[in-house]
Amino acid sequence: MIDMSPNIVLVVVIGVLFTVGVYLLLERSLSRVLIGVILIGNGANLLFLISGGAAGKPPIVGDAPVSEMSDPLPQAMVLTAIVITLGMTAFLMAMAYRSWQLHRHDEVQDDVEDRRIARLAAIDEHAFTDRDTEDAGETLDDEAAETRDETDEVLRGAEATASEDAGPADADGDAGSANPEERP
Amino acid sequence: MNDPTWLVPLPVVVPLFGAGLALALYRKPRAQRLISVIALSLVLAASATLLVLADGGPLVVDVGGWAAPVGIDLVADRLSALMLTISSAVTLAVLLYSLAEGDADGDEAAPVSIYHPTYLVLTAGVANAFLSGDLFNIYVGFEILLAASYVLLTLGGTGERIRAGSIYVVVALLSSALFLISIAMIYAATGTVNLAQLAVRLPEIDPGVRLVLQIMLLVAFGIKAAIFPLSAWLPDSYPTAPAPVTAVFAGLLTKVGVYAIIRTQTLLFPEGRLDDVLMWAALATMIIGILGAVAQDDIKRLLSFTLVSHIGYMIFGIALSTTMGWTASIYYVAHHITVQTALFLVVGLIERRGGTTSLDRLGGLAKLAPVLAILFFIPAMNLSGIPPLSGFLGKVGLLQAGVELGTPLAYTLVVGGVVTSLLTLYALVKAWNKAFWQTPPAELPDTRLPGGMIGPTAALVGLGLALTFAGGPLYAYTERAADALKERSPYIDAVLPDGVRGAGESADVVSDEAVIELETPAPEVTP
Repeated sequence: MIDMSPNIVLVVVIGVLFTVGVYLLLERSLSRVLIGVILIGNGANLLFLISGGAAGKPPIVGDAPVSEMSDPLPQAMVLTAIVITLGMTAFLMAMAYRSWQLHRHDEVQDDVEDRRIARLAAIDEHAFTDRDTEDAGETLDDEAAETRDETDEVLRGAEATASEDAGPADADGDAGSANPEERP
Repeated sequence: MNDPTWLVPLPVVVPLFGAGLALALYRKPRAQRLISVIALSLVLAASATLLVLADGGPLVVDVGGWAAPVGIDLVADRLSALMLTISSAVTLAVLLYSLAEGDADGDEAAPVSIYHPTYLVLTAGVANAFLSGDLFNIYVGFEILLAASYVLLTLGGTGERIRAGSIYVVVALLSSALFLISIAMIYAATGTVNLAQLAVRLPEIDPGVRLVLQIMLLVAFGIKAAIFPLSAWLPDSYPTAPAPVTAVFAGLLTKVGVYAIIRTQTLLFPEGRLDDVLMWAALATMIIGILGAVAQDDIKRLLSFTLVSHIGYMIFGIALSTTMGWTASIYYVAHHITVQTALFLVVGLIERRGGTTSLDRLGGLAKLAPVLAILFFIPAMNLSGIPPLSGFLGKVGLLQAGVELGTPLAYTLVVGGVVTSLLTLYALVKAWNKAFWQTPPAELPDTRLPGGMIGPTAALVGLGLALTFAGGPLYAYTERAADALKERSPYIDAVLPDGVRGAGESADVVSDEAVIELETPAPEVTP
């Protein structure tokens, strides 16, 4: 059988790809996330490749003794995985472009629940003073106010039309959270 | 033709073929509809036949004629045939619903031309994940259904859907990458991805490595199945999609993850070393999910949270690692697919009738649309487990299995399950009161609900009831399925008939010359 111990350089490369990929995945911009996904995908494919052992002779019957051939199965599977990664990358790219078309930025925005909870917290805030944060300068709310969040405006817009004619809004999955009383 | 195994690939091949055809006919919406209805009806017929046939033992197809450990297998055993039948019934109902919705909106192109092909691809992916007999093929099935789900979720590309979609897509991609990495590591450790052969080989490797592989698979599937703490993505992504899409997602996509967990936990890691962890996860999923649901004032979001919460029941059954637990779990999955889908379809109708899904702005629907009230009431009671209905049977089975195990943790989960059930009842009754009984805060628009949309919804509600009436036979069937899972040998023997480790030769395809060539240099051909 061929040597099954993996190549140390490839292992290090995989480690680097995963590290950088995870770092980029945690970014807010969708195009950086996209690059992160590509890097992780490539890392996974490389990992798959070396899972078949070190490189051997080409796996063509009659060309080399079977014991020296490299394992063709992971290569076939990696090929499939590469195609899948390519397709997903294309989709993510299209989505980042669409997001840019709509909002002129491609930020992954906070979900509705998070914003709702933040809003509720803001309502409760005047009820007590938190001594720990008093001297910390900027509070989380200040930071949140600075962060551009267009869905908030969309929400307000939907709410305004809803209160006028109570007509069906197309995307009202979150309309329930947009009560006038809840507005801080 | 006497050999019924030719039926096994049909649920994958027919929708894929139909998708290609529907895409080619993108200018002819009527032809597209006809194709998807025919394709899904065929799938339903094939799955129902498989359900009967698989009761006699697993049916195995070596795709392309390559024998088990090297080639790709499709295996229909009791578990996968049951999942397949329920899911194809649900997809067909949702398709009819969406067709009627398109009609009612008066716009022939309302479900855009890409809708039908994508929907068919989604069903093909789900069927592939249920049927496949090796890990990599399960991965491919997942990717097919996920790719289709990305498209369906962002259909139309409005701002709100892109926002919800970007989180969903990134989370799904991450879980797929994790799954791929675990497959690579499993291959490195065992030299195979065939489930039956893995079941034989995994006990031979180092227990520590085995545990790592088990954890990685569980995390990857746990994200897809939305088990707490891996569930945060779900309640935010699902509600923004169109009603039929949300319905089919809620019914099927998480269940594919649950199915994968059942399959891998029972077949590959029967020693159950992570059972305690799974039980804690199940408890947290149930309780935190339902608390989220109680806090919502939008029906769609409320239902998404109950979906997360009820995944906990299934995980509870799996974690018990007893035949009773698995029986109840499988029954619960079948019940939950129909009920959750029916509820989301009803909410689609509510949204249509009331113009919104916000509970604060709905009201008085019981008088305006009594049929709708009944259609919502039955699955809602079913979901919260009110006695005669199927949800009750499933929950009782789970609680019994928990009591039978009798450990303190199992008792905690039994209590947790009862509390969750009561809280589900509370959340749904609250929704019911607000939507159907309270005085409407504003005049509701005067629209008529199209019968074509009520029909499929009623059919699904009826299917939920049928699971109650057929509770006895169905429960016996799931019990046999769980028995087979416990024994493991029926599955392994069916896939690898010629020996425990698998020969890796395909006698019926490889010519005699090639076999000799293969054997002369070295007899060992195992990968």
